[in-house]
Amino acid sequence: MSDLSELYQEILLEHNSKPRNFHKLEDADRSADGYNPLCGDKVALYLKLDGDVISDVGFQGSGCAISRASASMLTQSIKGHSVERAEEIFDAFHRMLTQPGEEPDYDTLDDLESLAGVAEFPTRIKCAILAWHTLKAALKGDSDSVTTE
Amino acid sequence: MTTGNHSRGSSVVGPGIDVKKVRADFPVLHQTVNGKPLVYLDNASTSQKPQAVIDSLVQYYSADNSNVHRGVHTLSQRATDHYEEARTKVRNFLNAESDHEIIYVRGTTEGINLVAHSFGRQNIGEGDEIIVTAMEHHSNIVPWQILCQEKGAYLKVIPINDQGELLMDEYEKLLSPRTKLVSIVHQSNALGTINPAKEIIDMAHSRGVPVLLDGAQSVQHMAIDVRELGCDFFAFSGHKLYGPTGIGVLYGRAELLDSMPPYQGGGEMIKSVTFEKTIYNDLPHKFEAGTPDIAGAIGLGTAIDYVSNLGMDNIQAYEHELLKYGTECLSSIEGLSIIGTAKEKGGVISFVMEGIHPHDIGTILDMEGIAVRTGHHCAQPVMDRFEIPATARASLGLYNTKEEIDALVKGIDRAIEVFS
Repeated sequence: MSDLSELYQEILLEHNSKPRNFHKLEDADRSADGYNPLCGDKVALYLKLDGDVISDVGFQGSGCAISRASASMLTQSIKGHSVERAEEIFDAFHRMLTQPGEEPDYDTLDDLESLAGVAEFPTRIKCAILAWHTLKAALKGDSDSVTTE
Repeated sequence: MTTGNHSRGSSVVGPGIDVKKVRADFPVLHQTVNGKPLVYLDNASTSQKPQAVIDSLVQYYSADNSNVHRGVHTLSQRATDHYEEARTKVRNFLNAESDHEIIYVRGTTEGINLVAHSFGRQNIGEGDEIIVTAMEHHSNIVPWQILCQEKGAYLKVIPINDQGELLMDEYEKLLSPRTKLVSIVHQSNALGTINPAKEIIDMAHSRGVPVLLDGAQSVQHMAIDVRELGCDFFAFSGHKLYGPTGIGVLYGRAELLDSMPPYQGGGEMIKSVTFEKTIYNDLPHKFEAGTPDIAGAIGLGTAIDYVSNLGMDNIQAYEHELLKYGTECLSSIEGLSIIGTAKEKGGVISFVMEGIHPHDIGTILDMEGIAVRTGHHCAQPVMDRFEIPATARASLGLYNTKEEIDALVKGIDRAIEVFS
């Protein structure tokens, strides 16, 4: 099993203590709620769309350091990008956590690569992925709460 | 053990329990997890099994395996004898009046569901009320909600104070002519609170209301005397009492059980069946449809022998010392708050930390070889009451030591270091 410092990297802890875009968007075009019934982690994700571009993004919620840092980095990585690009980032992130044998797509992942260590902790993968499933639901226009179960 | 802080833990020998000797009986404890000696502090979820229990399962399947109460052949007789001997052990352990009052079930959850389906459907109707507490496990909430929904009855909840103790005045106010059952947890799994069962039962009985006691978290920590308590039903799980999973017990007063309809239909629970009419079997078989968990029941009997040999009072005294020590150690950690500080408390330390989520604590402790539970502990209303999403919970068993508490403290220090 990996070392603790590989899981709790500096950048992850920094996002946990100072999450980016940590607010509700009152004029959001899309939003979705995510919930992990196993541990009670909650996230609400808000998207502002300008045509095909995600012009603004915000999130709220409560959860562990991994879920919070993952949500924070998500908002940073998709802001200003097209919906199509956001989906590419989702795929790269999802593959990084679920296919640990594969070489991650470093160009697409950027800071998100700091969450690669989570793949070594099967019980925590859901924490990292919660915000991303919530993003998928928001992009699809699902208003139902998504869960990790 | 690599606690590096032996000054905190004074001795491995507690009042009445030679913990070193006890630990030698539990093979699972002797391993390393993530390179560290295992410190198992998740006993409220499930307890480890002594070699004697493991051996009794092996013995049953290797030498005696057969169905019970059926064949005339030798193996069937042997299996039946062992299965019924275990029932007598349970009866003595709870000090019930008769073996017929001991119903084998899968666990506490099934025991409560049995009462809800059978007693509940028979005796609870529209506008009636069932009283539970604000510190129930979901298994003592949901069966009643299902029943209430079906019957148009109401669930009433005894509130708790900030220490996690029942407000007995509020309980008294809730008791009404419409109250048909009081179903309460004996010891809270999330808070450790030991509820004043005798007082609760006496108050209900003075109004003619029967009481179910959820003993999932009490039976392994203290001597239980169902006749002295006066409870009408008592449910517990074998796996939390150092026995196998899949077996539990519902005790019920014979008079009540006799008047209740069966819970499930099938083999074993009948005397005779025609397509026109079925005559149900006598107690306890009326409530034991289908081939039961024979090995589990025998293993449970062995677990009861094991704890009885140590003595429940000795176990309680030893765990109380550990809890006192653990509470002192954890309270001295800056930024840590213990959730559940009742005066009467069993070996559970539920806690939260400023700036560190319980799941992160759980992962960091696991890296140190320490097993604790994190989450809502199947008691979401308790979490809501204290306005927290989750806690980390260290729960004690008879084989835990002060040195293990020291290791826990060191592990928490490590979490603080990571998040500083």
